Amino acid sequence: MTTVPLAPPRRLLEFTLDDTPVRVPEGATILDACRAAGKDVPTLCHGDTLTPKNACRVCVVEVEGARTLAPACSRLAEPGMVVRTDTERTRHSRKVVLELLASSVDLSTTPRAAEWIKGYGAEPDRFGPEARRLGEEPRVDNDLYVRDYDKCILCYKCVDACGDQWQNSFAISVTGRGFDARIAVEHDGPLTESACVYCGNCIEVCPTGALSFKREFDMRADGSWDEEAQTETTTVCAYCGVGCNLTLHVQDNEIVKVTSPHDNPVTHGNLCIKGRFGFQHVQNRV
Amino acid sequence: MDLRFGDSKPTDDERRAVDAVLGPPESAWEGADDRSAEDLRWARGGREARERRDLLLPGLHALNDRVGWISEGGLDYLCRRLTVPPAEAYGVATFYAMFAVRPRPAQVLHVCTDLTCAARGSAAVTAGLEAEGVAFEPSPCLGLCERAPAALLVRAGVERDEGQAHDPAPPGPGSSLLGALGGQAPTAARPLNSAVPGGTTRGGGPTRLARVIAPATVGALAGVARNPEAAEAEAPAVMAVPQAGHAARPVRPGGRVVPTLPQTPSGGTPTALRDDCPQPHALQLLRRVGVVDPGSVDDYRAHGGYAALRRAFALGPAGVIREVTESGLVGRGGAAFPTGRKWQATASQPDAPHYVVCNADESEPGTFKDRVVMEGDPYALVEAMTVAGYAVGAHRGYLYIRGEYPRAYERLTHAIDEARARGLLGDDILGSGFAFDIEMRRGAGAYICGEETALFNSIEGYRGEPRSKPPFPVEKGLFGKPTAANNVETLVNVLPILTQGAEAFRATETKLFCVSGNVDRPGVYELPFGATLDELLDLAGRPDTLRAVLLGGAAGGFVRPDELDIPLTFEGTRAAGTTLGSGVVLVLDESVDLPRILLRIAEFFRDESCGQCVPCRVGTVRQEEALHRIKDRTGEAAAGDIALLREVGQALRDASICGLGQTAWNAVESAIDRLGVYK
Ligand code: SF4
Ligand code: SF4
Ligand code: SF4
Ligand code: FES
Repeated sequence: MTTVPLAPPRRLLEFTLDDTPVRVPEGATILDACRAAGKDVPTLCHGDTLTPKNACRVCVVEVEGARTLAPACSRLAEPGMVVRTDTERTRHSRKVVLELLASSVDLSTTPRAAEWIKGYGAEPDRFGPEARRLGEEPRVDNDLYVRDYDKCILCYKCVDACGDQWQNSFAISVTGRGFDARIAVEHDGPLTESACVYCGNCIEVCPTGALSFKREFDMRADGSWDEEAQTETTTVCAYCGVGCNLTLHVQDNEIVKVTSPHDNPVTHGNLCIKGRFGFQHVQNRV
Repeated sequence: MDLRFGDSKPTDDERRAVDAVLGPPESAWEGADDRSAEDLRWARGGREARERRDLLLPGLHALNDRVGWISEGGLDYLCRRLTVPPAEAYGVATFYAMFAVRPRPAQVLHVCTDLTCAARGSAAVTAGLEAEGVAFEPSPCLGLCERAPAALLVRAGVERDEGQAHDPAPPGPGSSLLGALGGQAPTAARPLNSAVPGGTTRGGGPTRLARVIAPATVGALAGVARNPEAAEAEAPAVMAVPQAGHAARPVRPGGRVVPTLPQTPSGGTPTALRDDCPQPHALQLLRRVGVVDPGSVDDYRAHGGYAALRRAFALGPAGVIREVTESGLVGRGGAAFPTGRKWQATASQPDAPHYVVCNADESEPGTFKDRVVMEGDPYALVEAMTVAGYAVGAHRGYLYIRGEYPRAYERLTHAIDEARARGLLGDDILGSGFAFDIEMRRGAGAYICGEETALFNSIEGYRGEPRSKPPFPVEKGLFGKPTAANNVETLVNVLPILTQGAEAFRATETKLFCVSGNVDRPGVYELPFGATLDELLDLAGRPDTLRAVLLGGAAGGFVRPDELDIPLTFEGTRAAGTTLGSGVVLVLDESVDLPRILLRIAEFFRDESCGQCVPCRVGTVRQEEALHRIKDRTGEAAAGDIALLREVGQALRDASICGLGQTAWNAVESAIDRLGVYK
């Protein structure tokens, strides 16, 4: 959760979380309460800088008296609520959701996916070899970033980041419907013919690696991407007076990608094209 | 926002289609071609246009109606006019089945291949069309199930209004229903205001022509495909009401005579009996269908119309809500939520404005009751919406009607226009000082838009994806404001509540049922609460070899022939482990291949899932795949996949965002558990 300095004090409300009374500020979600209590609830479509679309449903919890399970990431805590995060029902739904996802898209670059699949005992293979998959080819149509929608879980984060939540460029949207729904730019054309301004804020929020730096994509393809060997250095962008924080990811003394700290109260992890992609001049060592 | 609209230009036709909805652009900032000196000096537009984003859907319809599909140039022009980002508009256009974003022929023949039509031979029709070389598109339920198999022909760019410009006359002295059925010029035929401007998608040159062909035969479809103008007149709405009283209606050849039901408690005057269908009680909601002229507000008033609104004005908004609450009326859309409570909750919200939304997007396979009410008694809905608006303090109502109902759309557009002309809508209704008006919105082929929050998004010009609740619509509904959303059947119930009083209404409360499939007299039936499924089947003429009844539609459940004593009430069906849902009663006899029906249900949900949440988007695909694998298997050979279905089904039910995903496994589960279909 983003901290807002000097906000007026919020009232606390009390509810029961896994049989323990907890107190959270008004407006907190169940997920906030879980995290404050040190519980590990899996999330995919929830982003720390965005209002979640609660579309992935891996964070579901049981709220006493409710017919269905509730998404912890967006359901606000209410006084007197009785919530259980680790019941047979929640574990079942999470397991099946992970199976459904892993059987339809490529989760190989999704952080923690493998760990959850193991932890919840999910078996994505049991839908058989014929189970329908997205089967999308990576779209490489510019030098800055690649859209590999075979890895897309339709979490809506990139759409929200590009649209009214951050960038206000509205270059990407969900198109089609049902299993055929995809992220696309207008008229499903190449990125270069769209309203995209290459701020890369969509890459910043993508939880699966479906959107990635061209450099990262190429290095993964030739097997030279090695996250373990990378160092991260946070510095200040020198292009303009805004002074955004940049985190340089460096492998073998080369900047391979640039991110931005999400807890920065000015940028919340967002950058513009220069800060995000304009780093080649640093390493032009002729 | 920093919008980019691309370089593609609209054709003159596309530009005119959009301008017919939005009016001509006022400046280059708004999309005009020429820059005036002023345009160079001031930047204008933006906010105002953006606030009319709810015209995006009508704009897409206008393009699609005139050209047959939505081109880049057309879409970009519409976006420029409304300052909507093209990527978002593209996402909206691709959400709906009736729109195309790639070139296609101006004429599309939609042939229903859904449950009822499949049970009544749509496969033979589509095979025949293929053999004849007639192009068609298989379609989900068209809401014409009583006349299955059904088809809808849509042709873009026709110099006339959509729908049949005139209707067969209502049956009355001297008019012959048979004549109307046979396509002879009906005696009192009257053009239905094809020239009245008003509704946003009307007027302004070529639009679409839509023809319903039901029952559909290969010959009739081939003929209509070649010459749509020559299509036979559609059967009048009353033909879907077997209980309606017409002395003029001949006995159906071979129609079975059914024993009369014991008299049930009733109020009002009983309608005359139709010869082949016993009339056990007075019709309440359907009593004007076939009796009143759907094109005349005077005739509506002559048949008791607008008495309820007068009573409402006498009672005051709080009095209306009290009466509706005391009547015990619950929503007929499936959720059975108390209507009075919903209205009270909306009325008491401090946020303003309030809205009333009529959900006429009836797309559940096997449902057509709202269509029949809207076609046969359109003013009743206009009046009921006005009452609702008065009660909850709304000055604007939205009527969202499914795109596949050309005649109901036409009649309601006309009814709204006429009511407005007569001061029954507008600034000062009946001199009461109350202002209320209704805007129509036409859906574009998306079952999910029947979910109320998806419907709000659709009206607002967004993708028809459900929102998560809470917050509930009474608090944050249409345009984020307090909204009372009710379906057609719920709303028209308000009229007898007000005219008879809550107490009398309780004694005579009825429910509409859409009976289709293998019965002698398919149609809409109105029964007092408490009648059993058995009694309903007596009225409709049951098949000799009853295999199962699908109750509540694709989201409902199957019941066995030995369970027909289920009382048709919300509690009764719930106690029996099934649901009344939207009132679907789909009757299947032994000739029906159940596994194939289940596959169709699964295919329907997979196709209609909005795709927003994972359990539903992928789960419905996995459900369909498993049903495919076991369609010819039983016992041990099916057991593994049935276990898989149960697991996926449980997650669908527990973790989906909306009712579509939550109910997508209901019918299949009941077929497995109650009918033992794979035993
Ligand atoms: S591309 Fe990434 S951020 Fe966008 S919807 Fe797909 S997974 Fe989410
Ligand atoms: S990232 Fe862009 S906006 Fe931020 S400091 Fe650098 S140039 Fe300026
Ligand atoms: S349950 Fe299905 S239809 Fe409903 S929101 Fe989820 S994906 Fe959309
Ligand atoms: S993290 Fe809550 S639904 Fe995705």
